[in-house]
Amino acid sequence: MAEATAAIHGEHEETSTGLNNRKLLMWAFLGSDCMFFASLIATYVVYQGKSLKGPFPEDVFSIPITSVSTFVLLMSSMSMVLAYAALRQGSVKSFRIWIFSTAILGMTFLGFQVFEFRDFVHEGLTLKTNLFGTTFFTLTGFHGAHVTLGVIWLLSLGFHSFKGGITPDNHLDVDLAALYWHFVDVVWIIIFTVVYLFGVFPGIN
Amino acid sequence: MTTISLPIPKRPVHPTGVWSWITTVDHKRIGILYGVTAFIMFMTGGLEAMYIRAQLARPGQDLVSPEVYNQLFTMHGTTMIFLAIMPMGAAFFNYMIPLQIGARDVAFPRLNAFSYWTFLFGALMLNLSWVLGGAPNAGWFGYAPLTSSAFNPGDGIDFWILSLQILGIASLAAAFNFVVTIINMRAPGMLLMRMPLFTWMTLITSFLLILAFPVITVALIQLMFDRQFGSNFFLPAAGASPVLWQHLFWIFGHPEVYILILPAMGIVSEIIPTFSKKPIFGYPVVVLSGLVIAFMGWMVWSHHMFTVGLGPVANSVFALTTMAIAVPTGVKIFNWIATMWRGSIDFKTAMLFAVGFIWLFIIGGLSGVMHSSAASDAQQQDTYFIVAHLHYVLFGGSIMALLAGIYYWFPKFTGRLMNETLGKINFWLVFISMNITFFPMHFTGLNGMPRRIYTYDSGMGWDLWNAVSSAGAFMLGAGILLFLYNAITSARSGEVASADPWDGRTLEWTISSPPPEYNFEQIPTVQGRDPFWAQKYEGVAMVPVAGGSGENGGHSIHLPQPSYWPFVASIGIFIGGFGVLYINAASWIGVAVAVIGALITMIAVYAWSLEPVNDPDDGAAH
Repeated sequence: MAEATAAIHGEHEETSTGLNNRKLLMWAFLGSDCMFFASLIATYVVYQGKSLKGPFPEDVFSIPITSVSTFVLLMSSMSMVLAYAALRQGSVKSFRIWIFSTAILGMTFLGFQVFEFRDFVHEGLTLKTNLFGTTFFTLTGFHGAHVTLGVIWLLSLGFHSFKGGITPDNHLDVDLAALYWHFVDVVWIIIFTVVYLFGVFPGIN
Repeated sequence: MTTISLPIPKRPVHPTGVWSWITTVDHKRIGILYGVTAFIMFMTGGLEAMYIRAQLARPGQDLVSPEVYNQLFTMHGTTMIFLAIMPMGAAFFNYMIPLQIGARDVAFPRLNAFSYWTFLFGALMLNLSWVLGGAPNAGWFGYAPLTSSAFNPGDGIDFWILSLQILGIASLAAAFNFVVTIINMRAPGMLLMRMPLFTWMTLITSFLLILAFPVITVALIQLMFDRQFGSNFFLPAAGASPVLWQHLFWIFGHPEVYILILPAMGIVSEIIPTFSKKPIFGYPVVVLSGLVIAFMGWMVWSHHMFTVGLGPVANSVFALTTMAIAVPTGVKIFNWIATMWRGSIDFKTAMLFAVGFIWLFIIGGLSGVMHSSAASDAQQQDTYFIVAHLHYVLFGGSIMALLAGIYYWFPKFTGRLMNETLGKINFWLVFISMNITFFPMHFTGLNGMPRRIYTYDSGMGWDLWNAVSSAGAFMLGAGILLFLYNAITSARSGEVASADPWDGRTLEWTISSPPPEYNFEQIPTVQGRDPFWAQKYEGVAMVPVAGGSGENGGHSIHLPQPSYWPFVASIGIFIGGFGVLYINAASWIGVAVAVIGALITMIAVYAWSLEPVNDPDDGAAH
């Protein structure tokens, strides 16, 4: 089995640059995704303060709660690093622990987001209410969709490892998911700063 | 040897027939699929143009209703840009790039198949709008709030949004693939600055696609949310600014213009040296000017918006950047002319089309420089002068070069040469009628004829030139039919082509026409630019890579195997797209269909990623 797996995954492809094809693809995709979020964030910034009626950001945001969920997401990046490091060191078992921890932290973040969205709707802010609602839910909603896809990806890797599908030889499969996961985290840091912090402390803006 | 048991069906084995095409991952077959589909779409868009010209041939006609006329020009523009020129470029990328860089396939063969099928379903969806409640009718740049549901309640715009999203997925998949292929799959010695110029322009175009498409994706998402879910992105009553759409659209839209023209420039940069028997003049400058065009293409978008009222500062800045971008474009034209200078030029049809490209592109480029002056543009905005300009760069530029590319590489695609006599008649018919069609639009435009009007009164001074344009358009249609006739008859019974019919310079001419499935029996080591020319005339042999050979006529070469899953994933996207389309009209059914489509795509993606990349036992089974 080890032979077959090595033949399928472990083979080091000779490329012109020495970079792995799939890794290069991932970087290209992330470049594209940067433009995706840049456009959504730019739209949010352009419409900042242009809503004709409330609720406004300072009416609904709770910085302490969102700080906690931000912290959870950042910690998930750390456990992702630990998962990858464990696999590189040959321990599939501790890889499994860390990858599921990452997924659980990601789901916790999503739980916070669902809670927050429900709370905002309760306070009268929906996609239809005003420009703030329109741009806020679209931007954070698409970020949440990215996190959801990431969680599905992490869980798939975790369950795949029970079938012997994840070995130190094909650490690249995990590396790619990690790149994506860290990217989604970085985007959240920007969203947290631009949307939440600037929204509540307009003096900074 | 035990294997991991996974519930994934085996790779399909269909050497011939419909299934062999549906499951193919061979870049050459995908290239042909792309090319044929794009040409059918080109004919569809042409038919729409014929309708438009018939309606405008004389004043006061009522051949089509104003509503149908709006649908015709919207579908004509959208079809020609997204379904004809872009995929025709993709057809050349697919077929030629691995051959030009000395590779056996692209980096991600299945992603390539996925790109084609997704494109096909996007094209299908857009054109189904004709029979499912009316085609989109707000112009190819779909300005909000004209596209908002308050002003455009039908399904046409929803079809336009969803099909463009699906086409965007297809374009992005292809662009990722070609970036990785060109950066990573080059034969040994094929340094970046030794790559053929078509490969270079493909690389630059792919980067533009990767960075530009997400912007229109976001714009379309916003428009879709406004229409389907009642958000306020483009609703002035809620304080929104409709100019946001224009910014987002043109931040995508202007790089898109270079996505359409850079592959054409790459093709011409291959043809002119071959038929002039000289290396390209100033290779590094041609590469660099392509890069500069791509970079500066991001700084000029607001020249589409000079009359919006952005203010004198913004207009001045964008006028200056627009004037500046003419410089690298002009540099390229001088490079081509200097390449021909003192060359021993062989005016085969491909060369005629390439030289025709230079002429027409200069005219289109010059009217473009006229628009760059904001004051002058205020007179030209939304008149037929703009229509003349954009057709000189897109027909005179892109289409002429793509036709040149087909004449040039046809022997490589089919193993047969296209008929030269018909080809020359074809060239002159297209070249002359193209000018008869589009040059008079400069006059009607400067005389004040607005674009997108379905009819006009006599006595405005537009009658004569509109009649001339329409006559030219029908001649042009005949020219394209002649091209089609030549292509079909030549593919069947044309003169059999050798491996190297044009005395070519690059790697694709070293292998047989058409190439074997594995392209290169032995991967060559490249020593410089124009390696095949150097081998033929300068005694610089390309040594095969040690150990990379395919003895026994290529029988031991491992090739990527066919797969069902790219096709299935595309079907899921198509079904899901229809679900989203009807979320508004039939809420729960729409949601259910969208979920089913998403599930199909997800299952396909799982099966795709778990299916083995290469059956280890396959080498012997061939």
